[in-house]
Amino acid sequence: MLGFLIQRVLQAAVVMLAISALVFVGVFAIGNPIDVLISPDVTQQIRLDTIARYGFDQPLWKQYLTFLDRLVRGDFGRSFVFNMPVLDLILSRLPATLELTLAAVLGATLFGVPLGMYAGYRPDSIVSKAIMGLSILGFSVPTFWIGLIFILVFAVHLGWLPAGGRGPTAGILGVEWSFLSLEGLSHLLLPALTLSLFRLALMIRLARAGMREAILSDYVKFARAQGLSEGKVIGGHVLKNISIPIVTVFGLEFGATLAFAVVTETIFSWPGLGKLIIDSIQSLDRPVMVAYLMLVAFLFIMINFLVDIAYAALDPRLRTGRA
Amino acid sequence: MIGLKILDRGTPLGRFWAEFCENRIALVSFWIVLIVSALAVLAPLYAPQDPYDIGKLVLTDARRPPGHVGAGGYVYWLGTDAQGRDLLSAILYGLRISVQIGIAAGAIAFVVGGTMGATAAFLGGRVEVLIMRFVDMQLSFPAILLALVISAVLGQGKWQIIAALVAAQYAYFARTAHGAASAERAKEYIEAALSTPLSARAVVFRHLLPNCMPPLIVVATVQVANSIALEATLSFLGLGLPVTEPSLGMLIANGFQYMLSGRYWISIYPGIALIVLILAINLVGDQIRDQLNPRLKR
Amino acid sequence: MTAQAMTAQAMPAPVLEVRGLRTHFFTRDGVVKAVDGVDLSVARGRVLGLVGESGSGKTVTGLSLIGLIDAPGRIVEGSVRLAGQELIGLAPDELRRVRGRRIAMIFQDPMMTLNPVLKVGTQLSMALRAHERIAAAEVRRRSVAALGRVGLPSPEQCLDAYPHQLSGGMRQRVAIAIAMLHRPDVIIADEPTTALDVSIQGQILHEMQSLAAETGVALVWITHDLAVVSSLAHEIAVMYAGRVVEHGAADEVLSAPRHPYTRGLLESVPGEAAPGGKLLQIPGSIPALVDLPPGCAFRARCPRADALCEAMPEIVGDGLGRAIRCHHPLEAA
Repeated sequence: MLGFLIQRVLQAAVVMLAISALVFVGVFAIGNPIDVLISPDVTQQIRLDTIARYGFDQPLWKQYLTFLDRLVRGDFGRSFVFNMPVLDLILSRLPATLELTLAAVLGATLFGVPLGMYAGYRPDSIVSKAIMGLSILGFSVPTFWIGLIFILVFAVHLGWLPAGGRGPTAGILGVEWSFLSLEGLSHLLLPALTLSLFRLALMIRLARAGMREAILSDYVKFARAQGLSEGKVIGGHVLKNISIPIVTVFGLEFGATLAFAVVTETIFSWPGLGKLIIDSIQSLDRPVMVAYLMLVAFLFIMINFLVDIAYAALDPRLRTGRA
Repeated sequence: MIGLKILDRGTPLGRFWAEFCENRIALVSFWIVLIVSALAVLAPLYAPQDPYDIGKLVLTDARRPPGHVGAGGYVYWLGTDAQGRDLLSAILYGLRISVQIGIAAGAIAFVVGGTMGATAAFLGGRVEVLIMRFVDMQLSFPAILLALVISAVLGQGKWQIIAALVAAQYAYFARTAHGAASAERAKEYIEAALSTPLSARAVVFRHLLPNCMPPLIVVATVQVANSIALEATLSFLGLGLPVTEPSLGMLIANGFQYMLSGRYWISIYPGIALIVLILAINLVGDQIRDQLNPRLKR
Repeated sequence: MTAQAMTAQAMPAPVLEVRGLRTHFFTRDGVVKAVDGVDLSVARGRVLGLVGESGSGKTVTGLSLIGLIDAPGRIVEGSVRLAGQELIGLAPDELRRVRGRRIAMIFQDPMMTLNPVLKVGTQLSMALRAHERIAAAEVRRRSVAALGRVGLPSPEQCLDAYPHQLSGGMRQRVAIAIAMLHRPDVIIADEPTTALDVSIQGQILHEMQSLAAETGVALVWITHDLAVVSSLAHEIAVMYAGRVVEHGAADEVLSAPRHPYTRGLLESVPGEAAPGGKLLQIPGSIPALVDLPPGCAFRARCPRADALCEAMPEIVGDGLGRAIRCHHPLEAA
């Protein structure tokens, strides 16, 4: 087991390195980074000075090495636009996005799994067909459109919920969270709902597929032959079996949702990482872009790693090292 | 129901079609996809107005509600947008772009990813491990971010978006192709075929690949729908296509600010068109997937 | 008193009695009459071998007996009496209480029938608790005892193991142990040794035989393998296309079959042919169970068929437990 872990950690490190190279090259090598920092009509001297100061006159590989060197020390550089250390910038926005993402994924799972299981258990009932219809819609309608409709209906017409921004925050553990107050929750609700719909649809389909397969399986037949009540068969036998793929998906979905929050945050003006990255792309604030991508990559690798471990923990067949 | 007798029931394709037609929703969706795609691609031939031609736009007709009769006696069936574009034409052209990009990105990703995956599976060894590690790495990265960054870096334009979409999506095809090809390769009939005088290339093309098609087709339909949605999202965010070639996403984005003041049509109608297209493709893809899934056959 | 009468008296009353069982599947392509008029009976401590090829309806019969027929199938007619109690028509709740407690079933592949993600102990505990309220310590004690009874070495360790950690034979023993937990009256075994190695098959057969003899449980052993049946069963019933075509005492049926199909089955077993001799085969294949033509279902493949066979033959018994469904039975030995 330990060997397995070490192997995975090493792999992760290699991947991170590769990504850092790719990202760096992709972002800094294309276009001219200096143009963002200074206006086009400054003197040649100032231009040269700035280039030297930022090290843009160095060959690319040297710039990369400097970059890596600073990275290891935790210095992601300074944002071109905000002129503050990128790390601080990102950390200040992180809680908002985390909050949103967690709310969305939790909601999607807690609602999606039972709905999907029901749809798989009684596939011909009207309720199931409605659930499946809902799931296809949730899947097909682009997130940004749902967000728009929600704003239109709930904020503009009904005036029940605010149309954007984050509510008042309260500090726990030195970090600002907004779900602790009712008003904060009301701001959180629409964006979280919008973000969760796609994931909800996915969870429903996953749970349904798992349930349908399970129902036809031999171990369910055997369990029924023992006289177990349907509740026990589903809750005791089936649930454990389908929880494996669901947990996997939960983990992966978290990462994907974090990324997808980009759109939702833009629509609802939610001050999180997503909005930051969009703004940075539009203003070509390269250090922020690089840092964001690295962070997301890191997050993904971590999540994959954790999911692998969870998978091994849940599915006893993998523990004997047959991976 | 329409379409029932098109194909002969005797052939596998005919049987597939017959079963497909039993699901009326899927059948209707299929026709919707075909008709909408045809209408969209042929739009330049019959659309009342060319939304790309800035010279034709009448600014005084901007932001008019549906049914408004504008200058020159022209009826704006779905209203106009902020620049005075006829929404109906704009939507048709937008659909055209969506369909073109969706299919192009899907097809290229299919070929690139499919080849990668199948080659990896066939060659095995270090090459396989290398390719698949790369693919896995990419798979865990969210498509939208990848598309975002690549299109930001490449700039605006149709082919740039397609490149971004392909880069974001080929991994799905690669993984599916690899999985299917590995499973097939291990099966006995391939060994049997390899022991006959047939060349390796013939074995791959005549035996291996056809059996890998079903899951790849399912992935293809999903990815085409995804491409369309992704492109719309990118346009919505301001990346993607330039302002002169409005795609559905951009129309929606433009109309966003007017929604709060009651001029809903600028965003809603393009949105509906987009959703109908994506929904129909997904419904068709769903039915295909259910039909090809061996584990659900009783 | 004649020898016949005395034998009739000596035969114990059946614990399982099936009369006129009909189970049909209402599918999109038509009605599949998987089981169409089956009579069976088994007495305590006895083993009934239900023999047939795939498509004969033997598995569906087994599932019908324990009430596990799902849509689109349905038991349309017949009676299944377990120790006098009629099972057909019981409310689902009542049936569930009977299942597992008084009638149990084991299936072909223990890797699929045991839940791969739950420990053996958990599965035993769930089966126990389905019918009784017992404390955890008692559950463990009874589980260990049950595993020991089926010949598993180190039952304590088995409890904490997962199914994939055990061998095929051990897994099937676990399944048998689960079936035996509540001391049922009848156990239906659907091809339990087909998925196992030949050497293990013998062990399991032996195990089941001693279980039947010791505990008095009646066994319905469903199989296509005549060799298995010959060493294990007391009585044999041969099924073809949803009906029983011959039944009687095992040694009699196997040594002197009277139905042409039974004879064909016996003759096509490769061991019977002389080395180098031609392998005998029953010509033709099993008919599809949808839209069966009227008359004897074996008619198309039978060398003795004639115009008479266009009418369905009734099953004719001789009063001593031997019965044939044929217009032209082979001569009695």
